[in-house]
This record gives sequence, C-alpha cells and structure tokens, in this order.
Amino acid sequence: MLVKEQFFSFASKEQAFQLRCGKSLSKVDVCFESYGQLNAEKNNAVLICHALTGSAHAAGRHSEDDRKPGWWDEMIGPGKSFDTNKYFIVCSNILSSCYGTTGPQSICPETGEAYNLDFPMTTIHDMVNVQHELMKHLEIDKWLAVAGGSLGGMQALQWAVSYPDKVHSCIPIATAAQCSPLSIGFNWVGRESIRKDENFQEGNYPSGSQPEKGLSIARMIAHMTYLSDASMQNKFGRKLQEMDDVNYEFSHNFQVESYLNYQGRQFVNRFDANAYLYITRAMDYFNLAEEGEKKTLAHALAKSLCQFCIVSFSSDWLFPPYQSVEIVNALAENHRTATYCNIKSDAGHDAFLLEVDILAPIISNFLAQQQESFADA
Amino acid sequence: MHKQLLDANFSIITSLIDKKSRVLDLGCGKGKLLKHLKLEKKCEVQGIDVSQQEVIDCIANAVPVLQLDLEEGMSFFQDKSFDFVVISQTMQQVHNPDKLIREALRVGKKVIVSVHNLAYWKSRLQIMLRGMMPNTKHLPYEWYNTPNIHLGSIRDFYSMCEKEDFRITNVCPGGEHFLRSFNKNLFSEFSVFTLESL
Repeated sequence: MLVKEQFFSFASKEQAFQLRCGKSLSKVDVCFESYGQLNAEKNNAVLICHALTGSAHAAGRHSEDDRKPGWWDEMIGPGKSFDTNKYFIVCSNILSSCYGTTGPQSICPETGEAYNLDFPMTTIHDMVNVQHELMKHLEIDKWLAVAGGSLGGMQALQWAVSYPDKVHSCIPIATAAQCSPLSIGFNWVGRESIRKDENFQEGNYPSGSQPEKGLSIARMIAHMTYLSDASMQNKFGRKLQEMDDVNYEFSHNFQVESYLNYQGRQFVNRFDANAYLYITRAMDYFNLAEEGEKKTLAHALAKSLCQFCIVSFSSDWLFPPYQSVEIVNALAENHRTATYCNIKSDAGHDAFLLEVDILAPIISNFLAQQQESFADA
Repeated sequence: MHKQLLDANFSIITSLIDKKSRVLDLGCGKGKLLKHLKLEKKCEVQGIDVSQQEVIDCIANAVPVLQLDLEEGMSFFQDKSFDFVVISQTMQQVHNPDKLIREALRVGKKVIVSVHNLAYWKSRLQIMLRGMMPNTKHLPYEWYNTPNIHLGSIRDFYSMCEKEDFRITNVCPGGEHFLRSFNKNLFSEFSVFTLESL
C-alpha cells in the first residue's frame, strides 16, 4: 500500500486556537495520512491515535523502497483488522510532536523563530481538539471508531468524553484514564536527563545538535518500561555481546546494554528533545476524572455515548490491567455495557504493537458489529 | 454439560427472561445465550467471563463481554442495575457460590441459577455400584481435574437457599426423565431456579 503525507492548517491571529493552559496558537499545521475511501453515508471513518513517539504514518509505505512500513501496518490495510477496503482510516501527528504537526520546533509566526520552550504547554485535550479541526476539514460528522494504544488510548478516551456525539465507538488499548505516579516518575527522569544535558541550552539548541546524551538516556529508560521482565529474559537472558567473558570494565558487556545503547542512538536521529518534553508532560497531566462534575471517572465517562472495547495486556507494568479495569468499573457504575479483554502476553506495554494475532480478531469483530449498529442508527 | 442438556438448559433460561430486559450473564462462555437474547428478545446484554478465548469468541458473537474474575467481586455494578442475572453452570466452578449468589441478588432484580444435580438417580447408582465419583457423559471429568469444584444436589441447593435466606420464586426441573417434576432431587438432571431478594 503506497501512502502519502497530507497537510492541513487552521487558526489565525484573529481566530487563535485556544489551549487548555490559557495560551493560544495563531497557526496550527497538521500532518495526517488517510487510507481507504470515505463512503457516501460517511459512516466508515476511523481515527487512529498514535503513541508518544509515533507519527501520522500508521500504515503502508511512502515509496516502494521504504525499508519499513507505518507503525501499525500489521493492523491497517486491505483485509486487515482496520480494513481499508471497508473503512476510511485517518491518522494525524499529534500536537507538540516533531513529525509535521505544529510543535516546539515549529516557527512562531509572531517572532519568525522556532518556539522551543516558548511553545505553550499542551494537553491530551488540546491534541484531540486539533484532531477535531481535522475532522471538520475532512467533512466527517462522526467517527465509526476512535482507536489507539498507550498515549493514543488516552486520546481515544478523551474523544469519547469531549465529543460524545461524534464518536460511535472507542477502542482504548494498553492505556489508562489517568497517568499513574509510576509513569509520571519515569517521564520526570527522562525529562531531567534531557534538561541536564549541557547541549540542552534551555531548549534553544541549534537544529542538528540536540541534547543527544540526555535524549538517548530518556529513551533507554522509557524503552525498558515498554518491555517486561519475561520479555527481557527471553530476548537477552544474561547473554554477552560479542565477547566470551565479562571484561571487568564499565563498557557494555551484556546484550541488553548494547541493545539499549542502540535504541538510544536510533532515537536521537528521529526525535526532537523539546517535543519529547512537551508530549511526556501532556501525558503526566492526563486525568480524565477531571472532566467529571464530581471529579470522578464515572462522572466523566457518564458524558460519553459510545460503545467501548477496552484491551489491556497481562504483563504491561507501565499501564497495568487494573487501570483498564478502572475504566470498565466506571462504565458499569453508569449502567453501561462494555467489552474488555486482558490479553495474556509476556511482551509488556509494547504488546499493543506486537500481539497482532490476538488483537486482530478482537478489533475486526468489534468494528464490524459497530459498523452494523452505526448503520442502523 | 452434554449437548442435549445444554439445549434444554438454554431454552428453559431464555423462556424465563422478559423481552427488552437488561441481562447480566456470569460465566457467559462464548455468549450464545446473550447473543440469542440480544437478537430475539432485544435485551441489553452484558457478559462476564474469565477466559480469554471465551471473551474473544463473545466479541465475534457481537456480545459485550468483560474479561473479569467473578471471584474478585463485582462491587462496581450498582444495586438492581440488571433485570436478570444469569448463573448458568457457573456456580459449581467458583470458590464461594453463596457469595456469588448474594452479590447477584444485589445487582439483579431476579437471579436465574442453573444447578447441576449430583443426586440424579444415575449418578447415585454409579456411586453405589462403582464406589467412585460419577463420571458420565454429563460430567465428563475425573474428580481431580474437574472445573466443577462445588457440585451438589438439588436438595443441597434448597438447603443453602434456606440457610442464606435466598428466596426461591420458581423452579424448572430439567432433563429427560418423565418423573423429573415429581421428584427433582432424584429425577432431574439439573434444575433452573429463579431467586429474588426478600
């Protein structure tokens, strides 16, 4: 499947885009991709929300010689779970990211220079509001489904509560209705590592010389939280990297050390340090319960009108299954029926990208039944 | 449970459930009952099952299902938030059947419990003649690998209901024996009880 990036801009000085923090943006660019065709009834549009370091490039290839397809290519395409023969799939890069949508590295129209840390603080709610502008631009009235894993799942939940009449169904995967202290803690350590890098320069590092040390350490830490004890045992054990015995030095001896180094190095080539700060902060601030009148999750979810299919993974310790059960419980308190599956997996948080064989039938069957009820409505 | 008995159990339970009611099935399996109630009786349904495979099959049957362990309680359901709570062939597989039924009575206006009868005459005969746990086509397990950890008889169930103050408002004896209504404890292979709060 060959796909291409598309762009859309909105907001102006007169009609600025208001953010939760009180500030606003006078121009917002949105990079997005779409796969499949919107049908005449406009009841087959599905929004895919990406995770922390993802992009709009969810499926297919930009050119025949692309080494890798989009990040959820196994799930999206002709005949796959998000079947592009049936559904019109949209994925957009989130606000504050560095893959085409406005973020800290964008040029501020007022100053003519990159925002860097003058970029206003953004939230999951703001990200969803940007997607809502895109929705209007695409002339879609209601999503058949909004789906996403991890930070993408947070966006899906926010959609259900912020725009109840524009979401027919919601598929939050490996996620939570609020960022836990564990996640906030890991995010903090990651950001501290970036901010204390001498190249950080209060976010004003020139392009091409970002705080690579700090960003790579942030990535190494974060990467481990996406794995599990069992997956690390299986993948690395105590195997040594290109040596027969330990060398009694601090350089990398173990395969896991070398692997993490590699992950860190790869990451600094593809991601921006300031964007990492802003998006992790947005994640920290996410607490859906605050949307409720009495600041409870049940009150917040009472606003939603859609059917939910919630999926967690047994070995996910970053967004543990109990956090998905909290969503299930809050829905039940509202007398709402729902679907919840806790998939047995050793793959940790990353399971939402890896356990395709189990996830695929769940998603495709749920979507099919939602399309039926959407058409009936 | 054997196919014929399952069918009999299925039709007794569906006959007891009103159209357009809210139904919770505890241990719903692949969601066959709920699918039927949803399509034929326009019920609003919710299943719960602990097994991943059963849950995936439920989703394929377009039945809303929660993968949860009933033993961990269901305090998140509001009092009387369902018209019917079904406990079909599930009671004998949990550690605390009395707790499960009490919780079901809190959540549902009516609770429908299908009870397997270990005192069915054929089972009695097997115990008497073989001196071993009954192992029939209806209970195709060895005593050491059966999921049915709390088997009892119809009289055992009556006795629990009396002790625990569960009010029985209806009983349908099931099975093929023509005397099953005459003596449920001897001739019904299972019975479907309707319970209501006092």
